[in-house]
Amino acid sequence: MSEKKATREAYGEALAEFGAQYDFVVLDADLSKSTKTDTFKKVYPDRFINMGIAEANMMTTAAGIATTGKTVFASSFAVFASGRAFEQIRNSIAYPHLNVKIGATHAGISVGEDGPTHQSIEDIGLMRTLPGMTIISPADATESRAAVKAALDNDGPFYLRFGRLSVPQIFDSSYKFELGKGVVLSSGTDVTIVATGLMLQEAIEAGKLLAAQGVSAEVINIHTIKPIDTELLVRSAAKTGAVVTAEEHTIYGGLGSAVAEVLCENMPVPMTRVGIMDKFGKSGKPAPLLKMYGLTAENIASKALETIQRKNA
Amino acid sequence: MEKAKKEMLAQKANHIRQHILTEVHSAGAGHPGGSLGIADILSYLYFDVMNIDPKNPKNPDRDRFVLSKGHCAPALYGVLAERGYFPVADLKGFRSIDSYLEGHPDYKGIPGVDMSSGSLGQGICAANGMALAGKLDKKEYRVYAVLGDGELEEGQVWEAAMFAAHYKLDNLTAFVDYNGLQIDGDITKVMNPTPIDAKFAAFGWNVVYADAHDFDSLEAAIAAAKSTKGQPTVVVAKSTKGKGVSFMENQAGWHGKAPNDEEYAAAMKELEGNCNE
Repeated sequence: MSEKKATREAYGEALAEFGAQYDFVVLDADLSKSTKTDTFKKVYPDRFINMGIAEANMMTTAAGIATTGKTVFASSFAVFASGRAFEQIRNSIAYPHLNVKIGATHAGISVGEDGPTHQSIEDIGLMRTLPGMTIISPADATESRAAVKAALDNDGPFYLRFGRLSVPQIFDSSYKFELGKGVVLSSGTDVTIVATGLMLQEAIEAGKLLAAQGVSAEVINIHTIKPIDTELLVRSAAKTGAVVTAEEHTIYGGLGSAVAEVLCENMPVPMTRVGIMDKFGKSGKPAPLLKMYGLTAENIASKALETIQRKNA
Repeated sequence: MEKAKKEMLAQKANHIRQHILTEVHSAGAGHPGGSLGIADILSYLYFDVMNIDPKNPKNPDRDRFVLSKGHCAPALYGVLAERGYFPVADLKGFRSIDSYLEGHPDYKGIPGVDMSSGSLGQGICAANGMALAGKLDKKEYRVYAVLGDGELEEGQVWEAAMFAAHYKLDNLTAFVDYNGLQIDGDITKVMNPTPIDAKFAAFGWNVVYADAHDFDSLEAAIAAAKSTKGQPTVVVAKSTKGKGVSFMENQAGWHGKAPNDEEYAAAMKELEGNCNE
């Protein structure tokens, strides 16, 4: 449980593992050593297609392959996969609802030293606007493997969001992943903390910080951002009356927005979004960067206390 | 090509042209110029070249067609209806809210449409994907695509050109509908994509030339494509935008404009006259 692993590593391993059982091909745009699709390539060289540095062409070619009945994984860094090729994904993958699974790695500012050009902080927002697009943002290696399996087992386009940074294992092999269902990690009554991806670890720590102050936090993991688990979010908000979201993404369009949409329409309660506050990232080591941008357990706990105060305001 | 076949193909092309006009006139919108220009290519592909079965439109072994210049959907729908994929009567619903015949080709909703298209530069990439999948699965099917000459201004086309040559997609044949006109005018004045042949040759393609309105010429081009190994083929097909309707020929203004009632009647009369020659 203590061993750290990047979700991109788990992605590559899952592709290689499921390659025997499922008929799919993997496309990459000259980043296979970084996206870890080379782990698949080593086992199945005939089913790996290097597209060169051409993300737009990769997405549309993936769509063409998918029309023949094959499932296709197409990988690049999240910023290029979702951003550069957005309109290709929209018109050639989402509109025909093809079995193209976008494996987007290096999401968020924890990419680190490469800096803002390579730190995708808007990809969830972009992908969420596309009809029929399923979005999974795994928190650890176990969940990443489950995300790949879910993408293989379910029809239509998927966007899988992986990180570069090694992250702690949260779930063990007994973990039951259910597409579209949130996971309550700890039950609570004062505030709900909803987190995704790398921020789940921070949310768990925030829950502990709050418990030390006598505050009972319910920590929920939302791995499937679309379709989102409305029922669980509404139930938890009704119980705690205060919600904080935490994500490694701009506060516009991502998990925070998705939760706000659900709660505003069904169970309005005081809410705070922890995320990147309408800024670009910067170069640096991941840990100090996450701290600089407020993506920490301490900030989540502090926002939780503020949000609880607003309950009776 | 034998005379009877040539007459049959010419008659089908004439019907496709009439369908194009009916669709665009019924919709009050659409793209007649480029559609009329590719009617002969589509007639030849769908009535002679391609291994297809309208009763089994999803047959995994079928030949595929991608209309990369998706705005010429009236021509594609015209040939699909004429070939029996759906009723000719449905063409009058083109672009209307209660019809499945979307303004641009829709993979999910229209029988016989092998790929959604309309966003320029993408159809050729999808065709590449189909051709690559055929190679991976060791299938014998072939893939055809039609691009516009203006479409070549999209950078993604050249990503696709690099890809098709790199992966030796000799099961792919792409036509460039070389009519020399795009919405804002002469292609060489808007953003010159020429020389088209030399560009594709430099990217590693087998380049052949054809008259887009001459079935003997198209037949020779397809024969050259089929006999070429290890390279994709581009057919640079010199065409006349608006072909078959004299007042629409070589007029950029008819790129995306529907004929009014009088123009429609005159165009249909001209085509029906040609049909009886």
